[in-house]
Amino acid sequence: MRLLEFQAKELFREFGIPLLPSKSSTTIVEGRIHAKELGYPFVIKIQVPVGGRGKAGGIQKCQNDDEFELKYPQVMDLTIKGEKARAILLEKMADIKKELYLSIFLNRSKRCYTIIASAEGGVEIESVKNQIIKEIGMGDVSDEVAREVAKKMGLEGKTVDDLVDVLKKLSKLTIEKEAELVEINPLAIMQDDSLMALDGKFVTDDNSNFRHPEMDKYQEKSEIEERAEKSGFSLVELDGDIAVVGNGAGLVMSTLDMLSDNGGKPACFLDVGGGATTESVYEALTLISKMNRVKKILVNLYGGIVKTTVVAEAFLKAYDDGLIDLPVFSRLKGTESDKAKEMLKDSRTKIYDSVEDAINAAVMGDSN
Amino acid sequence: MTEIFDILQGKPEDSDYKKKGVIIQGITGAYGSLHARNMMAYGTNVVAGVTPGKGGQKFDDKVPIYNSVKEAVDATSAKISIVYVPAKFFLEAAKDALEAGIKLLVAIPEHVPVRDTLEVIELAKQKGAIIIGPNTPGIMIPEVIKVGIMPPMPFKLGKIAVLSKSGTLLYEISDALTKAGFGQSITIGIGGDPVNGTRLVDAFDMVKDIPDLEGMVIVGEIGGDSEEILAQRIIDSKFSKPTVAYIAGRAAPKEKRMGHAGAIVMGTYGSAESKVSMFNKANIPVAKRPAEVPVLLAGKMEKSD
Repeated sequence: MRLLEFQAKELFREFGIPLLPSKSSTTIVEGRIHAKELGYPFVIKIQVPVGGRGKAGGIQKCQNDDEFELKYPQVMDLTIKGEKARAILLEKMADIKKELYLSIFLNRSKRCYTIIASAEGGVEIESVKNQIIKEIGMGDVSDEVAREVAKKMGLEGKTVDDLVDVLKKLSKLTIEKEAELVEINPLAIMQDDSLMALDGKFVTDDNSNFRHPEMDKYQEKSEIEERAEKSGFSLVELDGDIAVVGNGAGLVMSTLDMLSDNGGKPACFLDVGGGATTESVYEALTLISKMNRVKKILVNLYGGIVKTTVVAEAFLKAYDDGLIDLPVFSRLKGTESDKAKEMLKDSRTKIYDSVEDAINAAVMGDSN
Repeated sequence: MTEIFDILQGKPEDSDYKKKGVIIQGITGAYGSLHARNMMAYGTNVVAGVTPGKGGQKFDDKVPIYNSVKEAVDATSAKISIVYVPAKFFLEAAKDALEAGIKLLVAIPEHVPVRDTLEVIELAKQKGAIIIGPNTPGIMIPEVIKVGIMPPMPFKLGKIAVLSKSGTLLYEISDALTKAGFGQSITIGIGGDPVNGTRLVDAFDMVKDIPDLEGMVIVGEIGGDSEEILAQRIIDSKFSKPTVAYIAGRAAPKEKRMGHAGAIVMGTYGSAESKVSMFNKANIPVAKRPAEVPVLLAGKMEKSD
């Protein structure tokens, strides 16, 4: 899960990482109160779980009431990379000397945590120049290591001490909250040479959620996603019209790729996990029935030892119960597939021998 | 043969050649017991189960159950263990196994916190043990030993090594290979997590020197850079056996986890394009569809003849 900026900053504040005064709101009424409390000038920042906000106009300077009344609703109405505003953060404007980059992330290939630091921050990580990279095992950062990083960044005087302090706090935060990534970009050097975190990015290791009930409040899940999770499914909603269901993340991704290659538009990625049962397929169809944009369903199950008749039963039950009224294009690998085909003969579910055939039929709209 | 073969099947002079003992941690759970039976039906020599508190009992009236891996190892001298416990108990189970001297630990559970995985990998390094997984379907030498959850039908003994991040795609692609006449010498499920006990590059090192190896298939997916690192290793090592890759997730949106914890593209890091272009650089064709893998492999073999 990627936290919003203001949520990441809540954690920064809790761990003593220096921040400018800021307030988050979801309505302009609330925002007006915050504007008074903070005083002009400040920055209006859209809260979305994606990067590239500045370029998309999601960060606006604000000098007075007139600008506030104009810009707050404008920023609130933006959609950035398909993400609508979750909130608006008002943050005091800073008078800064220089922008640095600092992060700790889970280094997958080295299998350890790693610091990335640079004296040239404020741009996306791919464009950050002169990166200082330091592997730190399970995430602990000693004074010596922090000082070494600060020196390599070319920092001097008081800023060195401040960086040591911020980096050690960042390390504590990473370890205690089990983050995959904590990033401060930019980390600003202020006029008095102190440091201030102007932005915050925080990605959790979702597999550790059970150890962090205190982080539950940051969870943002639709009703459908919540139900999917309860059933042990993985669901990613997409904006096309063909729902893609299968067992196994790799297999469903592969189905999504082939569907897209053939000009189909996936409406979702739904991995029902491990084996397929009547119940799990019925529940998958239930979730899909709640997505209005879905016009067709593409099913790709690699059964192995699963009886395809068991899956066919789920389709028949879903039609009988009036749960779905959509054509289903399915490829069921497993035993008893002739019998399953016979069972579904008069229904709107068609079984195909290969996934390619099922995809072609789904894209061509051959629903008989 | 290589170390992994020594552990999984042994040498012809061993009294337990191709009958190496396997311990099942979590044998009395619903999932563990199902797969214990499947493994035994496949011919895997399951010598002991471990469920704390159930020591002294027998699983299905034949497999002795112990309270700890230490007790199981003392009684059986097994070097292989497979873990079916829930993710939150994985760390404890893995430590138990590694402290007891297990040399190959297959970690089935999905949703293991990454810090736990890091800790287990560190301990395995100290103990000189191999971890497969977590979130893996397992490892097998077809027709000899299955340490995992894979269904038996797709696999046939042969001379192609298959390395895969995904479970179902491993089955799908092995099935296609078998039908095209390409049996498998070994299949290794790396697992779909961001951090793997055995990375693709480690798995490659395990199998590249198999004497009668005729080819290799790599089944990758978006996320991380283990495919890129493997491609570089293949270039550097001048590995010349016919090799084909498949990458799942070309159509996946960025910054979304696609089912596997590790299957996420961040910016350009982990993208399918990056992996495909590195494989191309290594002169490894990348199939567009699983069914295309055996076709490309056959093409590669013709050229190398």
